[in-house]
Amino acid sequence: MQDMFSHIPWALVLILLPLLTGMTSFLWPRSAATLGVATAAILVIAVAGLGWQLHYLYDGTYHHAVGGWGAPLGIALHADGLSLLMLTATALVGMGVSVYSLTYFDREKALRFWPIWLFLLAALNALFLSADIFNLYVTLELLGLAAVSLTALAGGKAALDGAMRYLLATLLGSLCYLLGVALLYHSYGSVDIATLAQRVEATPAVWSAMGLIGIGMLLKAALFPLHFWLPRAHASAPAPVSAVLSALVIKAAFYILLRLWLSLFGPLSESGAELLGLLGAVAILWGSIQALRQVRLKLLIAYSTVAQIGYLFLAFPLAAFAALSTWNAVAYLALSHALAKAAMFLAAGNLLRFGGHDRIRDLGGVVQRLPLTAWAFALAGVSIMGLPPSGGFIGKWLLLETALDQARWDLVLVMMLGGLLAAAYVFKVLGYIFTEADISHETGEVTKTMEWAALSLAIAAMVLGFIAVPLLEWLGLEQVVGISEISQ
Amino acid sequence: MNWDNWVPLLVVLSSLLPGLIIFSLAEQRVRTRTTLNLFGVITKLGLVALMVWGVYNEHHYETRLELLPNLELVLRAGPLSLLFVILSAGLWLLTTIYAIGYLEGSPHRSRFFGFFSLCVTATVGVALAGNLITFLLFYELLTLSTYPLVVHRGTLAARRAGQTYLIYTVFGGACLLLGTVWLYSITGTLEFTPRGFISGLGDEHRSALIMIFILLITGLGVKAALFPLHGWLPQAMVAPAPVSALLHAVAVVKAGAFGIIRVVYEVFGIGTAAALGVTTPLAGLAAFTIIYGSIRALFQDDLKRRLAFSTISQVAYIILGIAIVGPIATIGGVVHLFHQGLMKITLFFCAGNLAETLEIHKISEMNGVGKRMPWTMAAFTIGAFGMIGAPPIAGFITKWYLGMGAVNTGQNWIILVLIGSSLLNAMYFLPILHRAWFLEPPKSWPVDRQFGRKETAWALLLPPLVTAAIAVGVGLLASVPFSPLEWAKLISQREFYQP
Repeated sequence: MQDMFSHIPWALVLILLPLLTGMTSFLWPRSAATLGVATAAILVIAVAGLGWQLHYLYDGTYHHAVGGWGAPLGIALHADGLSLLMLTATALVGMGVSVYSLTYFDREKALRFWPIWLFLLAALNALFLSADIFNLYVTLELLGLAAVSLTALAGGKAALDGAMRYLLATLLGSLCYLLGVALLYHSYGSVDIATLAQRVEATPAVWSAMGLIGIGMLLKAALFPLHFWLPRAHASAPAPVSAVLSALVIKAAFYILLRLWLSLFGPLSESGAELLGLLGAVAILWGSIQALRQVRLKLLIAYSTVAQIGYLFLAFPLAAFAALSTWNAVAYLALSHALAKAAMFLAAGNLLRFGGHDRIRDLGGVVQRLPLTAWAFALAGVSIMGLPPSGGFIGKWLLLETALDQARWDLVLVMMLGGLLAAAYVFKVLGYIFTEADISHETGEVTKTMEWAALSLAIAAMVLGFIAVPLLEWLGLEQVVGISEISQ
Repeated sequence: MNWDNWVPLLVVLSSLLPGLIIFSLAEQRVRTRTTLNLFGVITKLGLVALMVWGVYNEHHYETRLELLPNLELVLRAGPLSLLFVILSAGLWLLTTIYAIGYLEGSPHRSRFFGFFSLCVTATVGVALAGNLITFLLFYELLTLSTYPLVVHRGTLAARRAGQTYLIYTVFGGACLLLGTVWLYSITGTLEFTPRGFISGLGDEHRSALIMIFILLITGLGVKAALFPLHGWLPQAMVAPAPVSALLHAVAVVKAGAFGIIRVVYEVFGIGTAAALGVTTPLAGLAAFTIIYGSIRALFQDDLKRRLAFSTISQVAYIILGIAIVGPIATIGGVVHLFHQGLMKITLFFCAGNLAETLEIHKISEMNGVGKRMPWTMAAFTIGAFGMIGAPPIAGFITKWYLGMGAVNTGQNWIILVLIGSSLLNAMYFLPILHRAWFLEPPKSWPVDRQFGRKETAWALLLPPLVTAAIAVGVGLLASVPFSPLEWAKLISQREFYQP
């Protein structure tokens, strides 16, 4: 049994399974929902399997040439701690969102949702497992298109408007990225990351490539000031889609940036790190203040994403001196944000469905009818604020510690302010749980499945606060960091 | 597997698990809820009694769980932690009984008792925390779990108070977090150690250490309601009486004061703190808070608000005792942690009884209330005299030790503060007693709920009588083994000063 478990090529399962079930669910829509949830469940197992293999069979990095064709001709897969981190986030959030979607969509919408959703999962997993920058482009484009289609799923003017902005932003981002890839390929004759890592030098072509790829990815990751498309797109999408967009899709762009930074660009540029850190800092403050000013719940959560993504970028200037602890912090922040933010959007979806609106001021009566949803929002909020006990707290602690070690008071200050502002906007919503308000009549039905899906994700974000040591060991980021330090 | 390694964790879980179950209970399942509550309290008290005996005999109870690389979640039972655990667990029992009576028939009781249990969990965690990060964890949990209780009634005033409470406590939490991480990045450890763990650091860290001290004390001072961070406490009085009684007289403010004790004695060490020159300003601030709180209390007509300002003033005694560098004053400060809890909870219970039975909220409405509710007012009288510092009630012991300690260390100005505050205490408590006992009652009370031949429901009357009796008892029997005073001496010997 264990033997079988260890020999299944889990990396391939992660890509091919959702692709296959996506197509099946398109052809047999009646079994789509069951198939989707089953796929999500198997993906969780597959990630566990891959993690196990990385640990015990491959010594931290897994390389697989599909069909026996390696670089430069074939498609190669690559997995290490960083991939594992993102795959884990995808699997967990994917599970929660799939369960939630079981009862969220009506028949007609479900018909369209499930195939695209499974394609999106396949694209995400493939992206996190790509070993070369061209495959990254292909998966990124697939991901973008799937995400835009899902955003438009809600129908109506707001959704289409949001989706349109999103489409333009994502296409522009991919285009920049592709130009960067072309420059690198032209200069070094390879798209394989490992090969490029050995060859890159600080030439104008590489600088331009770095600029283009950087801008493309920052746009997709919605880092300030390129976040303009995010709030509307994320707020107008259906709840499970908002959850996926905020939790996973923007992090895919962050992943690409980080991956290329670690192996290609980081060693070449120190001022780039400072710039990213600065943008991250502004994003935290700007996003938080905007979140605080919102009157609609989903917009508030979307702006909170703009702020939270900033924390991930604060790490760049810190990583030069303490790579492992910084990237551990980032891993924790990214994972707990994924879980908590997904939980928040799902909870907001419940409130919106139940009350028919998401005006924060009038939420009182709605929240009190859905105690489980209120809990989901509250627990997710704790993690977003970075209060203990939660994954968010662990991440914030690690990042603060690194910043203080290096006496980076500017970053410390931003983190503290960001935490206070986050508390302000989370409690702005939570305060209404306790108002004595007239109980509103329900306009749409919220099932227990939907409530529990949101709550489970929020609880998972809490649980992260207690398993830091084994989890960080399981991710084994020192391998990833080790590679980048050798190339320095 | 060693059983002793799990006792502290079980003490924490004994209120956490019932609390989590209570949340899921339907509103009308009163009996299940009460059983769960009492089961939790009694289990906790049993475990605590076990630990008291063990610790007295130099036994170690310690739970360690990995939290972060190189940082553990540590729960450890030492003499100091046990003092606070006994206080909160014991008063939790009484307050639970009181709350069951007080909230009978009101909405959202499952939510209330759920958060109530979480609060006690957090308080006990704060008490047992064996290092600063564990302390921080439970300290923040205390913020999160008290907020729902402050806003429990859901009125506009309650929500405003909740907002103020959050602004203060979240700010405090941020200061504490920053100070803690900073300290960790300098020392590489956060373990509470008798006589402190930073004495070995060189002079180059001096200014950083002073900043850290300020950050930590600011973070803790918010909950301890130290001037100028006290603003939330009077406002939080909109909460239901059991919340004011247990949390705002005991758990929350004491968590702050307790944290200051930990920081001064077991993080910095009193010698190092004194050498850094931070104890004298702290003593000055505490002395100012004592006088300031008392003066503000004089001008309050709302009974609970007067008590709240009195709390601000009284909690500062604890901090004053700590900041006077010397063993005798320290004993006074530590023992006041216990004494003040007993006396203040009595007063708040009584205020709740007046409100619940006769709808009396203001002091000006209390004329002759002693005739209608003699038992309640008797308990109130004991509490008030204790606060003033009249022997043989517990408060006298505290003031005696504080005064002695001040004289011993040659800081005579503190005697003036003590005399001044006792006078002020008398000025704001005696008129209440005079009104209640010697003025003619009005023809009719605002509302007069009847409870047969008793003056009020037994669940409301019993707790203040018990706490008042204990307050007299610990004063009379101060030198009997296991009395709070003797225990405080034990703490001072084992943890604070070189023997």
